[in-house]
Amino acid sequence: MNTTAIAAAPAAIPKARFDGRPLALLLALMLLAWPLIGSSSSWVTLTVAGLAMGLIIFIIASGLTLVFGLMDVLNFGHGVFIATGAYVATSVLGGSALVRGWSGAPALGLNLAAIGLAMLAAMAVASAVGLVFERLIVRPVYGQHLKQILITMGGMIVGEELIKVVWGPEQLPLPLPQALHGAFVFTVGDGAAAVEKYRVLAVVVGLAVFAALLWGLNRTKVGLLVRAGVQDREMVESLGYRIRRLFVGVFVAGSALAGLGGVLWGLYQQTVVPQIGSQVNVLIFIVIIIGGLGSTLGCFVGALLVGLMANYTGFLAPKVALFSNIGLMVAILLWRPQGLYPVAKR
Amino acid sequence: MIARLLSHDLPRSRWLAALLVVVVAGLAAAPFLFPGVKALDVAAKTLVFILLVASYDLLLGYTGIVSFAHTMFFGIGAYGVAIASTRFGAGWGALALGLTGALAVSLALSLVIGLFSLRVKAIFYAMITLAVAAAFQTLASQLSGFTGGEDGLSFGAPALLSPAFEWGWLDGKRLSYWLLFVVVALLFLLLLRIVNSPFGRVLQAIRENDFRAEAIGLRTVVYRTLSNVLAALFATVAGGLLALWLRYTGPDTTLSFEIMLDVLLIVVIGGMGTLYGAVVGAVLFMLAQNYLQTLLGATAKALAGIAGVAPLAALFTPERWLLWLGLLFVLSVYHFPTGVVGRLRALRWGAR
Repeated sequence: MNTTAIAAAPAAIPKARFDGRPLALLLALMLLAWPLIGSSSSWVTLTVAGLAMGLIIFIIASGLTLVFGLMDVLNFGHGVFIATGAYVATSVLGGSALVRGWSGAPALGLNLAAIGLAMLAAMAVASAVGLVFERLIVRPVYGQHLKQILITMGGMIVGEELIKVVWGPEQLPLPLPQALHGAFVFTVGDGAAAVEKYRVLAVVVGLAVFAALLWGLNRTKVGLLVRAGVQDREMVESLGYRIRRLFVGVFVAGSALAGLGGVLWGLYQQTVVPQIGSQVNVLIFIVIIIGGLGSTLGCFVGALLVGLMANYTGFLAPKVALFSNIGLMVAILLWRPQGLYPVAKR
Repeated sequence: MIARLLSHDLPRSRWLAALLVVVVAGLAAAPFLFPGVKALDVAAKTLVFILLVASYDLLLGYTGIVSFAHTMFFGIGAYGVAIASTRFGAGWGALALGLTGALAVSLALSLVIGLFSLRVKAIFYAMITLAVAAAFQTLASQLSGFTGGEDGLSFGAPALLSPAFEWGWLDGKRLSYWLLFVVVALLFLLLLRIVNSPFGRVLQAIRENDFRAEAIGLRTVVYRTLSNVLAALFATVAGGLLALWLRYTGPDTTLSFEIMLDVLLIVVIGGMGTLYGAVVGAVLFMLAQNYLQTLLGATAKALAGIAGVAPLAALFTPERWLLWLGLLFVLSVYHFPTGVVGRLRALRWGAR
């Protein structure tokens, strides 16, 4: 009796088939790049670099796409959290003599502790900023797209100026800790592949965040509610859940992730400028458009595509590289106008 | 007569009418009223911004489209004039050629962007234009052989407009200022004509409720695209005028994202959905940009002198003027979305 019910269940509710084609596209891009680049060693170097960049972008963009999916709010001020994270990292890593010592020491453990501390501080500050931002800027304009765009843009201007007030308008250095300088070199096929140590760290952190997000969204009750809210907000509300509160949580978590991404991005660039937020904004918008607004998996695939594309074209045709993102976006939208993984209701 | 000239879209507020008269008279007589070089420069930039912002208002205020690529068209106009003038030597022919070429490029580009992305939601369009504008900016600074890269292009104006020309009290600088004034005035009246035509009414209908407009039988995509193209063309002319005035074009003066933000600020503070907002907003903004900094500097100095609040002085340094304007922007979106013009019109005792 019981077993038949379980056996019958899949027939009653047909499970949506997993759409693997975007993932196949990702692999196809990597495979296509191999013969074009020619040497396996360069290919390995570029692929790791691209994945690292893509994962950093994913960390930043994941919060934005969830916020959009859940509440239909597109936050043009997301860049403020990125900039906040990066600047907090400069303060933590360069501020106190103790952490500077940790960061400057050639020991990997101390270096990681310093970066970890910077990440925690950045996430804490960014989520605090996110909380204030949601309360002051976003909350009064729910459901009004035009005003949202304008007001979050205004928030972005004010945030950028406030960062200039606190940290100064100049470009600040954000040096990598001692042990993360340089690269691992190993031979692949015909030559030596160099994989920068920092990029390995970025890949590890990025994959950890992705795994945590997947687990959180798919295996916890909050995650279930978030996913349900993205699909159909009113239904979740009518079941008695306060979607507002959930949304604030997601917004703050997204800001914290943006702060974390800001630290990684700042270390990746090794310098921080107040305009970092608006620079990255363009990139993450492209990513979430490619991925499908509101989709986490789409955001992941989109970010990796953008990262890989930027590195491959940067090597193959540097002049074209600047437009690779736009080209990628146009191509994807021609293939799937709603993005790689369209969210059902949109 | 005046009503016909203004396409029957009167200021509808005595205060606003008075303000507009003062602004127009002030701008027309600027070379006499403000003899300094800087003041005339401010006045000329105000003129250019009036046209640029009015064209953006056609998009944002009348059609309800948020585009971040408006400075791209502004830049196309400026670069068109600059490139033609450097290639073919200064002259009216080069000017006309450059402007025509720029208009053609803008037309094609805005048509493509419009048809490609105006089918989708407002948010989508805003993001796509942001990306396209960023790409265009990198393109302009990369093609340094053609555009002068980061340094930009300096070029000569036609002989009549160059500073070397003098004829009594009339010199090249003043002549080009009045040329700007006349062109901007004519195009502004043309824009007024457009937004008050049946076509303009359709745009407003789309802004208010695009679903319903579609249901009535209006092809919203076509109208949106047309509005996009028109706005782009006007912005191109504004860019050409700016290049003509500065006799220089570079990424910072035309393409930078800061200018896009300035345009947004002006539209919102002046008042969305009314072209007079562009005039009032542009004048206020230019005054703020050039003179608010002095005020802020004085405040900073005063604060730094008082013990206890000295750290606050950092908020008031002249470089942070955009902070205050940004706050004003956020507050205006909340509290008076109709901007200065809407506020003036709402004053009951001033209404006609």
